[in-house]
Amino acid sequence: MTDLPLNIQSTSVSTISFACLTEARIAAGDRFAALLALPLGEQIRLLSVTSCFGGFNVIECDLETAEPTYPSFDAATPMANWYARRIFDLYGLAPSDAATLDPLIARRPCQGLHQSPEKTGLTPKFAESSRPSVIGEGVFKIPLGPVRSGVFESIEFVVETPGEEILHVEPRPFYKHRGVDAAFFGKSAEDGALIAERVEGIAGVAHAIAYCQAVEKLADVEIHMQAELVRVVHAELERIANHLESVIRHCEASAQAVAYARLSLHKESVMRLRSNICGHRFSRGVIAPGGVTTPLLLPPAEVAKKVAEIEKSIDRDMTLLMRTPSFLDRLRGTGVVTPLQARLFGALGPLGRGSGLTEDGRISHTYGAYKHLGFLPTADAQDGDAMSRQMIRIDEIANSFHLLRQALDDLNNMEHPSQNWKVELEVKDGMSLGWAEAPQGEVLYAVAIEKGRIKSLAQRSASFHNLALFSTAFPKDITTDFAFIEASFGISVAGASS
Amino acid sequence: MPWILRGLSNGVITSKYPKKMDSYGDSHHSSVKVQTEYLASRDTDLEGLCPTGAIRVELGRPRIDLGQCILCGRCVDRAPEIFSFSTDFETARLSRDLLVVPPSAESTGELANLKSALADRVRRFGNSVALRHIDCGSDGSEEWEIAALTNPVYDVQRLGITFTASPRHADILLVTGAGAKGMSDSLKETYHQMAEPKVVVAVGTDAISGGTHSNSAAVVAGGIEGVLPVDVFVPGSPPSPFGILYGILLAMGIALDGGAST
Ligand code: SF4
Repeated sequence: MTDLPLNIQSTSVSTISFACLTEARIAAGDRFAALLALPLGEQIRLLSVTSCFGGFNVIECDLETAEPTYPSFDAATPMANWYARRIFDLYGLAPSDAATLDPLIARRPCQGLHQSPEKTGLTPKFAESSRPSVIGEGVFKIPLGPVRSGVFESIEFVVETPGEEILHVEPRPFYKHRGVDAAFFGKSAEDGALIAERVEGIAGVAHAIAYCQAVEKLADVEIHMQAELVRVVHAELERIANHLESVIRHCEASAQAVAYARLSLHKESVMRLRSNICGHRFSRGVIAPGGVTTPLLLPPAEVAKKVAEIEKSIDRDMTLLMRTPSFLDRLRGTGVVTPLQARLFGALGPLGRGSGLTEDGRISHTYGAYKHLGFLPTADAQDGDAMSRQMIRIDEIANSFHLLRQALDDLNNMEHPSQNWKVELEVKDGMSLGWAEAPQGEVLYAVAIEKGRIKSLAQRSASFHNLALFSTAFPKDITTDFAFIEASFGISVAGASS
Repeated sequence: MPWILRGLSNGVITSKYPKKMDSYGDSHHSSVKVQTEYLASRDTDLEGLCPTGAIRVELGRPRIDLGQCILCGRCVDRAPEIFSFSTDFETARLSRDLLVVPPSAESTGELANLKSALADRVRRFGNSVALRHIDCGSDGSEEWEIAALTNPVYDVQRLGITFTASPRHADILLVTGAGAKGMSDSLKETYHQMAEPKVVVAVGTDAISGGTHSNSAAVVAGGIEGVLPVDVFVPGSPPSPFGILYGILLAMGIALDGGAST
């Protein structure tokens, strides 16, 4: 698709130059986005993905599985090791000079492996944790989880504390690893979308869009504008629901009972609207390669009316909440991620934007109907604390409503609103990269197709990426702030541990 | 003070279910129905239609295992003369076999026994139950739907249903997720900590059969039943709050027909 303003610049290189070329991209100002591994039979393809102005740079190198190792680029970004650990958990493939290979998303002996470490001749270098413990008088390690108190996803945080202050937190999402990437292998392009929706279920629309856009690039088709607009409607309702959920979790942690009940009620209204327009509360089964499977089940004007009602009630309660001192006091100065750290780690989504980063994939790496829609100016909240992230989310809710109004208006003015939802596509062999801005931040899908089926796939959610910053957000926080920091990160464990 | 006023401002919003049917509950897709008169010809590949292998054709009669169905709608789209969506959210059942629609004579025959056996066990719950939730590899959506039960619309406290953090105080264990192997030990431990009588509810298609992850080496084969005995099966990907609530009512022994009609 040459007419797209966005570029994916792919370069295939040898193992030796892989690390230094990636380092050079980062030195040139690219944001390190991901290190992905695609098992391709006899080979494993490594992709380093960096984000630049208007696109992505992808550096690829093929490793023979017989000799699977690669030089690390730990010096260029603190994220390199985070990704190396994930790839080691999945495929037993490790850089020759890895700093640590502690289990991250799957506990070894590896589960759900495409290829076990025994097969590749690699053995884990370290047992459970290689991190030297913080030594001091009365410092102890408390494992929080994996079974949490409350209705939460399973994750363990190993907290090192002398009592009140938190010295270090090590997140361990590996308990609920499901081996999601491998679930795609061998599936048809159509079935892939159904799995993508379930990688990180609360952001399933964004995942399906990222996946479908990768597939659509390989098919070289143009999606109908109707379908693109319907995708926006589902994606923005998903964003509103997620951001509300994050605020609800803050209210729960600060015992704001009425605010909790009110916002839960609004979230329920959003979920109901989602089911009213497609039959499913999480909009599943809608996004498909080539467009959408169904138009909105209600007339766009009617949807717009309901959206406006919900917007009004959310706005009223949010305004009051942001004037409730007992609530705000808990957020100010809590869980600070400095702008420097955010940039260094390439923090994604509201986490990055609350620390002064401006990137939003819908604008900087625009796709679909977002190209034609207007955005409101964004909030000026960049203190890096839970408060800033909360303000960013509230602002993004307003922005989502703004986008919904435009998209529904456009749909209303369409000439053939009941046709042209899906183009038939013939997926050609090859590899491609798709992305979307989920409520949690950028989602990436690298998809390799062979004979119309998914040969290999690697996905990365913002939740996985952002979890790496979690331990940096506790410079002097006390244990009672933990719930706020966790809520303000808004991490989906399913996405992080997939 | 302003919050107190706001708390009162919406009037009655709480559902009357199960006393009265709720019109929202019945407004979206909850399961798939099969046209029973249909006889499939040999050359239509109905089984191949389903991405999770939920459709089985025996002697020309197609049946759907709702424990495997993720409600993707493909069968409804491609073979509307046989399959259609149902909006009846009371889909939870007391056995795995009863999730297969249309149900077989044996499975419905078994129902009466299952019901009385469960009723005997849960008699001691009385009018209130405490729930404990544990995630064993969900995609995160089931947690949202379970948590929704405490919002003012569903407000399950009105039915004597509360959530507890301690397994020791829990009567009912709600298990979500495809049965990630990494959670097996925690799941068993939580279950053993619960006092008798206890009831296990598998919430969602993933928990029942693994769903789209059923072939993964990282999850237990056959969903969480591979780890624990399950009493109530709530299909759906994810099931809606009403669907989960119906499953909880079944587990309390106070519901309803438990699969007698379908
Ligand atoms: S709706 Fe259910 S039975 Fe039908 S194709 Fe989808 S998963 Fe299979």
